[in-house]
Amino acid sequence: MTTLDPALDHAEVRATPQTLVDHAVAMSTADDAIVIVRDKTSANLRWANNTLTTNGVMHAIDVTVISFIRLPGAEGGVCTGSVSGSASSQSQVDELVRAADAAARAASPAEDAGELIRDRVSPDFDDAAVPTDIHVYDAFAPALGEAFGRSTAQGRVLYGFVNHELATTYLGSTTGLRLRHVQPTGHYACTAKTADLSQSAWVGGATRDFTDVDALAMEQTVAKRLGWGTRRVDLPAGRYDTILPPTAVADLMIDAYWYAGARVAWEGQSVYSRRPTGTRIGETITAPGVNLYSDPTYHQLGCAPFVVAAASGNESSVFDNGLPLGRTDWIRDGELTALLQTRHSAVMTSQPVTPMVDNLVLDIDSGAGTIDDLVAGTERGLLLTCLWYIREVDPQSLLLTGLTRDGVYLVEGGEITGLVNNFRFNESPVDLLRRFSHASATMPSFSREWGDDYFSRTATPALRVPDFNMSSVSQAM
Amino acid sequence: MSGLDPTFTSLPYRKLGDVALARAKELGVSHADFRFERVRYQNLSVRDGVLQNASDTEDLGFAVRVIHRGAWGFASGVVLHPDEAVRLADSAVAVARVAADMTSTPVELAPEPTYADVTWVSTYDINPLEVPVAEKAAVLVDWTNRLRTGAAVDHASAYLRQVQENKYYADLAGTRTTQQRVRLQPGFEAMGAGADTFDSMASIAPPVGRGWEYLLNGPEDGGYDWDQELDEVPELLAEKLKAPSVEAGTYDLVIHPSNLWLTIHESIGHATELDRALGYEANYAGTSFATIDLLNTLQYGSPIMNVTGDRTVEHGLATVGYDDEGVQTQRWDIVRDGVLVGYQLDRPMGQMRPELNPVDGHGRSNGCAYADSSGHIPIQRMANVSLQPDPQGPSTVELIGRVERGLYVVGDKSWSIDMQRFNFQFTGQRFYTITDGELVGQVRDAAYQATTTDFWNSMEAVGGPDTWILGGAFNCGKAQPGQVAAVSHGCPTSLFRGVRILNTLDEAGH
Repeated sequence: MTTLDPALDHAEVRATPQTLVDHAVAMSTADDAIVIVRDKTSANLRWANNTLTTNGVMHAIDVTVISFIRLPGAEGGVCTGSVSGSASSQSQVDELVRAADAAARAASPAEDAGELIRDRVSPDFDDAAVPTDIHVYDAFAPALGEAFGRSTAQGRVLYGFVNHELATTYLGSTTGLRLRHVQPTGHYACTAKTADLSQSAWVGGATRDFTDVDALAMEQTVAKRLGWGTRRVDLPAGRYDTILPPTAVADLMIDAYWYAGARVAWEGQSVYSRRPTGTRIGETITAPGVNLYSDPTYHQLGCAPFVVAAASGNESSVFDNGLPLGRTDWIRDGELTALLQTRHSAVMTSQPVTPMVDNLVLDIDSGAGTIDDLVAGTERGLLLTCLWYIREVDPQSLLLTGLTRDGVYLVEGGEITGLVNNFRFNESPVDLLRRFSHASATMPSFSREWGDDYFSRTATPALRVPDFNMSSVSQAM
Repeated sequence: MSGLDPTFTSLPYRKLGDVALARAKELGVSHADFRFERVRYQNLSVRDGVLQNASDTEDLGFAVRVIHRGAWGFASGVVLHPDEAVRLADSAVAVARVAADMTSTPVELAPEPTYADVTWVSTYDINPLEVPVAEKAAVLVDWTNRLRTGAAVDHASAYLRQVQENKYYADLAGTRTTQQRVRLQPGFEAMGAGADTFDSMASIAPPVGRGWEYLLNGPEDGGYDWDQELDEVPELLAEKLKAPSVEAGTYDLVIHPSNLWLTIHESIGHATELDRALGYEANYAGTSFATIDLLNTLQYGSPIMNVTGDRTVEHGLATVGYDDEGVQTQRWDIVRDGVLVGYQLDRPMGQMRPELNPVDGHGRSNGCAYADSSGHIPIQRMANVSLQPDPQGPSTVELIGRVERGLYVVGDKSWSIDMQRFNFQFTGQRFYTITDGELVGQVRDAAYQATTTDFWNSMEAVGGPDTWILGGAFNCGKAQPGQVAAVSHGCPTSLFRGVRILNTLDEAGH
């Protein structure tokens, strides 16, 4: 698809994203075209055994061209073609446009066809892409080196990763869209083990710029957690009064969100399906006071305020590109109020258009205090660090399985009194929202399972669940 | 056998590589490699007879990796110009300088012969990306329409994932490799509902390192019997929807390769990656119970258990000629007669642990370095890890005949395993009750849960070569930043005694 000659003038090779958008829109011979240009830079450090292992700085420019061909005649319909590629020059984009136009002409009519969004312009569309580089770690890196020294001296082993990305997305179309969004995404995570590898602890979180991440504080936190393991208590499988920290709640809520497609529910194949037909929108599905929502303007969790869809599927439609996104309540006071919709599925289900938003907030009306308060109020129970390897077992109840990881602690008389073995759990996040007994206030969180690569913008409370199902013991340490 | 794609060989990778390596050498690095990749993806999806999506994606770019002052430095970009090659070499060295202060164990590579200018292309007849989209979409539309003729089928979906991967690798030692791989994963699923339940039944066809012929030919010619499976699935789903819920307890299991490949992947493949055993994945994918001090002593499984690592098997998804560190690929033992005897290695690990793959007095990588794109650094990734059949072993029917009370498990579905690869839980597409050596119908809501070494030591018999199938997946995840790899696992139908079966409705508290 690419025939670039290195003899080309460098200026042509490094066209601006806006130039690529405008050029692609102008070059398309289809009836309409949408162009998405994403300029992404990232920098990362990874470590294990108190030494750096891999690291790098990356730069990618991805261009997606979506072409639309309207069929004549009574049958009518609109055919689409979507082609994406790494492209930084107009000649590379020309090939993507040709391929997308040809794909649309060869396609059958799209079932999700609708009017394209028109005439929306971001005031900063002409601004350049915003990059990051290795210097984002200028303060963090020396401190990390010091943390390695401390850990080595004190008999601990550190493993971890930091990543910072800046992705600038430009969305343009023949219908007058010229939208831009800058998305900072970053996270830190550190696992610590005792020198004999018999205990493990973890800390992690999301950040937008690393000005709020302190490597020495990170090391102190995991050192403190390893200290909780002085007393070891082996417990059998069973149902336990369990405190799930915000990271674990984020893991489970992301699954509840991802499986909330309206079309699949409408067609009878999810926990959100009504029997014999329809969806459960309007039903109370959790305890009162439970609110699950997304909001592109949420503080520190800001995300794209418009739809960006490179391809169509059950929960996305290329025809919806540029559609404004706002706060969307998925569960309000325990009632299911919306599912993930395209405009096409909204018509199918006779519901409002509520597309996926790239953040998620769980807020409990009665939630107050911190996770420490939940611990203080627990007579005997378990405090988890995080969850891992979470997969759907049964879509009927959205039963998920997974494991505890990097520290399960025994709580007795409101205090942490020892380290417990790990467990495999089998639980449904929807059911947990019905059964929890206590909640902390909502705080920024970072999903251990999904935060690295898929979904890092969450705010969740800690939840205490009186009968969390630990199905079997895991020997992992 | 196809040749290298001329649209790839016309790209300026040799020039960019020469410029980048020359710059890295000028900056005084002790090692530098250059990797140029073009990976083409095409995905098609169909639901209820309608094409939902046909999209093409191309990932094109290059990377420079150096060892400088004992530390790795890596930089990648997408602008195909010599100035960018110089900039990336400079960036990689700059990153290595930052990293050097935090690198307490200097990076060293196991030696490898130089391959001056070699090419390798995977075995396939028809590049699926060269088949018109309309032709491929028509196949998927037909599949969903045929499935929906079944009385129990309310909805049906089908998909086709195709990949063409081209890589050029060059290093300061003089190795130059140019390679091409093709793989595809077709699949379908039928969905239905009863009065108060719903369920699905999916194809058990494995993804393969083959071309479009996989959909055109019969099994004897490298294809698959799509017609037979499309005919059977609606009835299998109808039976499943009416099946009784399993009684939780302990059962003997006969496991078909369409399910067992995934158990091998999770409990052997990942557990014998040396980077996991050394702790490199401790913050993400996890470590391994199979630590290096257990080499040659750990009774991983019963004495009939023989497992190989293999990056050379024809049509394997992890098969390639040379890995992403310029190492010629190999086949070796991981478990022999039930005992752990080997690991999967890259060049730093081959140097660090020479006893694992000694050659002429030094250690050697066994060729397991891989990066999923030019934008990612190569790490140790999984070979095709496979359980060997018994040359005189029984058929699947004979294995079932040995079971008084048990279950026969077919097809994969849900999977999960802990951070040290001890505790796992799997479901399947279908579980059949075995009573007195005979299949007596399906049960629903079953999952099997075990600890890795307990499970493999409970393996009483492996089937013969006729039961062996090469399964696999496109979506094995590992590393930070996250990378995805395709890998195959072959295995025969096998018999396990006394495995814990859960009832998932009980687990959900219903």
